[in-house]
Amino acid sequence: MTGRLAAITGIGVVAPAGIGRKAFWDLLTHGRTATRTISLFDATGFRSRIAAECDFRPACEGLTPQEIRRMDRAAQFAVVSAREAVEDSGLALDAMPDSHRIGVSLGSAVGATMGLEEEYLVLSNAGRQWLVDHRYGVPHLYGYMVPSTLAAEVAWACGAQGPVALISTGCTSGLDAVAHGAALIEEGSADVMIVGATDAPISPITVACFDAIKATSPNNGDPEHASRPFDLNRDGFVLGEGAAVLVLEEADQARRRGAHMYAQIAGFASRSNAFHMTGLKPDGREMAEAIRVAMLRARIGPADVSYVNAHGSGTRQNDRHETAAFKRSLGERAYRVPVSSIKSMIGHSLGAIGCLELAACALAIEHGVVPPTANLHTPDPECDLDYVPNTARTCDVGAVLSVGSGFGGFQSAMVLTEPGRVRP
Amino acid sequence: MSAAVITGIGVIAPNGIGVADYWAAVLSGRSGIGPISRFDPSPYPVRLAGQVAGFDPAALIPPKLIVQTDNWTHLGLHAAALALADAAADTGALAEYEMAVVTASSSGGTEFGQREIEKLWRHGPGHVGAYQSIAWFYAATTGQISIRHGMRGPSGVIAAEQAGGLDAIGQARRVLRNDASLVLTGGTDASLCPYGLVAQLSTGWLSTHHDPDLAYRPFDPQACGYLPGEGGAMLVAEDAGHAAARNAPHVYGMIAGYAAAFDPAPGSGRPPVLEWVIRAALSDAHVVPGAVDVIFADAAGVPERDQAEAAAIRAVFGPGAVPVTAPKTMTGRLYAGGGALDVATALLALRDGVVPPTTGVRAPAAGLGLDLVCTEPRPARLRSALVLARGYGGFNSAVLVSAAPAASGGGGPNKEKEAMTCGSSPRTT
Amino acid sequence: MRQFTTDDLTAIMRGCAGMDQSGGFNGAELHVSYSDLGYDSLAVLEIQAEIQRRFGIPVGDDAMDAMPTPAATVSYVNTLLRAGV
Repeated sequence: MTGRLAAITGIGVVAPAGIGRKAFWDLLTHGRTATRTISLFDATGFRSRIAAECDFRPACEGLTPQEIRRMDRAAQFAVVSAREAVEDSGLALDAMPDSHRIGVSLGSAVGATMGLEEEYLVLSNAGRQWLVDHRYGVPHLYGYMVPSTLAAEVAWACGAQGPVALISTGCTSGLDAVAHGAALIEEGSADVMIVGATDAPISPITVACFDAIKATSPNNGDPEHASRPFDLNRDGFVLGEGAAVLVLEEADQARRRGAHMYAQIAGFASRSNAFHMTGLKPDGREMAEAIRVAMLRARIGPADVSYVNAHGSGTRQNDRHETAAFKRSLGERAYRVPVSSIKSMIGHSLGAIGCLELAACALAIEHGVVPPTANLHTPDPECDLDYVPNTARTCDVGAVLSVGSGFGGFQSAMVLTEPGRVRP
Repeated sequence: MSAAVITGIGVIAPNGIGVADYWAAVLSGRSGIGPISRFDPSPYPVRLAGQVAGFDPAALIPPKLIVQTDNWTHLGLHAAALALADAAADTGALAEYEMAVVTASSSGGTEFGQREIEKLWRHGPGHVGAYQSIAWFYAATTGQISIRHGMRGPSGVIAAEQAGGLDAIGQARRVLRNDASLVLTGGTDASLCPYGLVAQLSTGWLSTHHDPDLAYRPFDPQACGYLPGEGGAMLVAEDAGHAAARNAPHVYGMIAGYAAAFDPAPGSGRPPVLEWVIRAALSDAHVVPGAVDVIFADAAGVPERDQAEAAAIRAVFGPGAVPVTAPKTMTGRLYAGGGALDVATALLALRDGVVPPTTGVRAPAAGLGLDLVCTEPRPARLRSALVLARGYGGFNSAVLVSAAPAASGGGGPNKEKEAMTCGSSPRTT
Repeated sequence: MRQFTTDDLTAIMRGCAGMDQSGGFNGAELHVSYSDLGYDSLAVLEIQAEIQRRFGIPVGDDAMDAMPTPAATVSYVNTLLRAGV
């Protein structure tokens, strides 16, 4: 082991009902929900017509007309978040002696689907022409087809010339991308990693594909209260969108330059259930194993965990699966530690959510406040932990566990710890 | 720290399925480039591609799995099965959390996605199938391989266009160091549907030449772009100690070095990073440039990109100092499948002491300063091969593979010893 | 009035669920659950959606519980067809 550790020194967020980390944290700590009737397209005829959308005006967020034309919505989210995170970190990336030591690790589950679908409609004459007409293809169409463009855009925006990767492990993409960045810092391949995740899946094809498997909530009459993780009356997840980007720095370097550190990445592990692409076994076995190994690497035990940020998507299958995983990995501590799901407020933005949740965890450590699980009024008897219903809770937050579960069977767990002596 | 060795290769390429078939094709210069038959390409300026001939998913993959997956995943599933069989890895008997799957994906299940978007817009939301949610996204192949073979370790998916295959191999080595003893890695691609091809046309890099033998000629004075292909390779990467303990039948070589970096933003005026990446990969392997016996080039076939690649190779190795080849002229560029197939080809070259040819090129353009192995294979004593890949947008990756320590009989020049020490000491940059 | 038969179901399952093209159900299999026949939850959802598309009947969210086996599917769909929904 090299003894190198990655610390979070900057946070940038584009989230439903709030651009910027301050608005994001304000929403979460007030337990407000950002879920609503879909306005990004006419969802008449769809089973689920609700989502948590970002009120995002790219020109107001500082993107140039050229960037707006070139970038898919997911890329726009990522770049705006990255700029906020870098500014927050106080790092002058241009002034760093070697830009090869600055890398990017960005997660996304569905890439530039929105741009791809929009362009397809033009080229295919609204779906009528299988042999699409190449003469109408925009110059950046290939950039939409390869999701790596999202990471490239962030690298360009930050002047990063080190290792750049787009990590796409479904709904664990965000957690896995942050972990990838931390691993590169730990092994010495980079000193600064711009890490994060972005997704903009509120487009017809993605809404329709979740309709087809009845995974999303059909509670169209009451969108504000539709995302109900751990509640007996939950009926599926509510799709969301957004991005979060973190600046990771080697902790000693950050300390030397007097950077503000929110938290450090203390441990991570991922496992696959090798069971089913969408199905989860109720025993939570592989997620529990990921949690166990993440804690081992962070050198903490269950008693040290002061908050658990759950995957908490609001499907019955998930809520039972991860409740079992927490009991299996944390033992008795599972019943006493606060567990919450911010998806109750900002929906499930697929790959992006993992990093939005880590941003929330870092802010929880910073402020000593745990965000609640909104819309939790009728507890499911099979989900019998402390899910912090409806109201944020003030408490000392030292070590946080954040978990994710994704299509493909991916189970990921990360431990963030408070940076200790350098906190103001 | 034990070395990461390759103990299994599964190839599914336009010019051959399986190691023996593919390698025989490469050495004899048999190309898999031909007219696109998957759809009618006549409306388009590009009508040639590398299609995997003779691949019948129905005979190789359970029908219930076929309907749920794109062709890209069919290719990946079969390549994975071939690699595991080649490695004689009994996944049922190995520790479940010690086996991981790390693949590259470049554009996901393009054809499946096009079909479902078409259904949605022609017929309505209720016509999108239940499998769209698991077939199109970039993690489909890794997930399905993990399920099929019961591999429960830390799996992953990396997208970096053509560079992604090498990045997946780099990540596989990282996973072996920290977290697992066997990683199935590599990638496949299949974007040969109308929308997939049209998206690729937007780069302006595809060759519109209509002669299959001349359309993709990297480094040639007449270079005019590249052709796309489908397929790729999966590799079994394994901890050397683990491979030895279970008496793995083959040790093709080891992943001796890896590095990746990113080109500066267009218009920044800063130099491209490929030279830096090559040096970093050699440094990672603790070898000097003289230790590299052959280079498998990215070989974009786009003149300015060929020139940039040749300049980086010249800067590190000197003009004409090391043989360079690009057998991908026989397959087309395979995107996520390209890096792993090039590494597989490099390992076979090491095994048999022969540099495969860059077919279609008679001689490289003057001024490139490359010793390009054209037309015919060239026998050579090979201990280390450098594989380069550049992905659209600015991704640059390099993998150095070398003969495995266990396979060496000792002795030999110094550079070979240097090449063999990799992985035993911490990285110095 | 149109009837939904085992042959209809077989045709649908060959088309969308990966049933062997020469395959079908023997008498006993009709009463075996889809999962025990090797069809996962996504396949069952796709079978239901295809019935909905071809027969123009709404297959609701509770259908998963109402048609656990091929025989139950045939009977459930015929109930819907008879009710003229």
